[in-house]
Amino acid sequence: MQAYIIRRLLALVPTLLFTSIIVFGSMRLIPGDVIDLMLAQNDISTGQDRAKIEAALGLDQPIYIQYFDWAAGVIQGDFGRSLWKNTPVSQQLAERLPITFELGFLALLVALSVALPIGILSAMRQDTAADYIARSFSLLMLAIPAFWLGTLVMVFPSVWWRWSPALEYTPFFVDPIANLSHMIVPAVLLGLSISAVTMRMTRTMMLEVMRQDYIRTARAKGLTERLLVVRHALRNGLIPIVTLVGLQAPLLIGGTVILEQIFVVPGMGMMLLDAVSQRDYPVISGVFLVVGVAILLINLIVDLSYGLLDPKVRHQ
Amino acid sequence: MSDTVPTTVTPLPALPPARSPLALFFVKLFRDKPLGAVGGVIFVIFLLAGVFADVLAPYGMNETNLAVRLQSPSVEFPMGTDHLGRDVWSRILIGGQISMLVGFLAAGLATIVSIVIGLVSGYFGGKVDMLIQRMVDAWMTFPDLVLLIVVISVVGPGIPQIVIVLGLLYGIAGSRIVRGSVISVQENMYVHAAQSIGARTVYILWYHILPNIMPVVIVLFTTRIGAVILAEAGLSFLGLGVPPPAPTWGSMLSGTGRTYMYLGPWLALAPGLCLTIVVYAINIFGDALRDLLDPRMRGSQ
Repeated sequence: MQAYIIRRLLALVPTLLFTSIIVFGSMRLIPGDVIDLMLAQNDISTGQDRAKIEAALGLDQPIYIQYFDWAAGVIQGDFGRSLWKNTPVSQQLAERLPITFELGFLALLVALSVALPIGILSAMRQDTAADYIARSFSLLMLAIPAFWLGTLVMVFPSVWWRWSPALEYTPFFVDPIANLSHMIVPAVLLGLSISAVTMRMTRTMMLEVMRQDYIRTARAKGLTERLLVVRHALRNGLIPIVTLVGLQAPLLIGGTVILEQIFVVPGMGMMLLDAVSQRDYPVISGVFLVVGVAILLINLIVDLSYGLLDPKVRHQ
Repeated sequence: MSDTVPTTVTPLPALPPARSPLALFFVKLFRDKPLGAVGGVIFVIFLLAGVFADVLAPYGMNETNLAVRLQSPSVEFPMGTDHLGRDVWSRILIGGQISMLVGFLAAGLATIVSIVIGLVSGYFGGKVDMLIQRMVDAWMTFPDLVLLIVVISVVGPGIPQIVIVLGLLYGIAGSRIVRGSVISVQENMYVHAAQSIGARTVYILWYHILPNIMPVVIVLFTTRIGAVILAEAGLSFLGLGVPPPAPTWGSMLSGTGRTYMYLGPWLALAPGLCLTIVVYAINIFGDALRDLLDPRMRGSQ
């Protein structure tokens, strides 16, 4: 198992390298210059100041040195300072990350508790009315944009029943109930939109597993259908489903951006959008990188969990 | 017994008139996949509505008339009017035109990018493949929307930028699928034969590999149109898409219009409904195409 973990970690290095280059490179594509932006904000524009700022930011160095300086800072948790607030980006990230994490986690719980039972049922009753309804529902959820669902939930209950979802964020450790009653609506919406893919995948996996020989043997032995599913089929169907959870991490985090905006959840998505509207590039690149690394780590954890779930993987 | 020769010969049934492969395909689509065919028809209707939007729209997209602001749907305004008295139906039509334009251009670009990367990575294999695939890995680490927001924040909003960014984004992600089928096609005997007689690589790629991965490419292109339309709507919803005053389905659900939805709830319905219907139609059409054209991809996704 130890060798397996080390191998996985090493495989992560090239991907991380390219990820950081994408983040660094995208910030260098900015039309005009970060310095022009800073000078415009601070009302100083003499050539001398310009050179000074360039030197202070290290922009007079060759590009690869700039990259290494930046990367070295990032590794030590230094993402630079916000151009707007002049606070360290890392501090802002530390405040916002847990909020997005909570939203994503709740949404995942919703997605799995909807998708797994329906997906399994759909596979067990293949080609019945229930299966068709479940599949149509999942196709429909794939097509409905989350921001429209969010808009509907905001508008119609308010028009019909004078009820609208809470829009005030309270930290979980201050008042868990107020926190959850705010988070639950975006989490359910995000969870539902993610559940479509999970449901389809669960169904496919269960159908595949149910056709295996050992299931036929178990059935011939006279096991009840319930035991068959729970003890035999699910255990083997679970591994691809765990992968799927890893594959959905980008969808989950991407989805939080829009739902945070609609339901005023002060997470990373909102931080990103605020930074984009203020053209606060250190903040943008900080969020960008953290999101990328978070997804890589989630996939690493998923890979490692295979080792626990499936002894075959461990020994490969 | 052998001398019993039948005296009457039943005439052969008349041959059906030869039909083009395309016509045969449509017959098969409607017969075997009626649901997918319906999806295709709905998609074509939306497409035509987009092409002829300028003719079909009874009012200009930004024709304001404060005397009729926030009117609920009626005969004169089938989808009502917004807070500036603009006809929602006309704006939906023009918005659909933009969605279709962005959808086709970006999905087309994405498909070309996927083909180029997939061909190179799959055909040459080895170190080239290894390097390209690690870059694709890194690229695919980022959530689509986050990547889009960051890139648009750098290049600025606008239709050309959106088409290029969406095309690259989905093109790089889709290259995996093309690569997979290139790897399986190039194991065929005719490819080895062409290689052994010294055919140029470009010739092999163009005449032997490309025609055989076309089913995958067609399915990829179709499903990408839906994905791109959704992504553009999401960006426009966040105010990073097609800039105003052009109406898009995404931007009609956001911005200042949002506050008026409580007074005119119909404003919240039409754009989202159109998006859902068109994407749903493309998805079921794409699923049907996949089943008909490419049995290997059946059941995936």
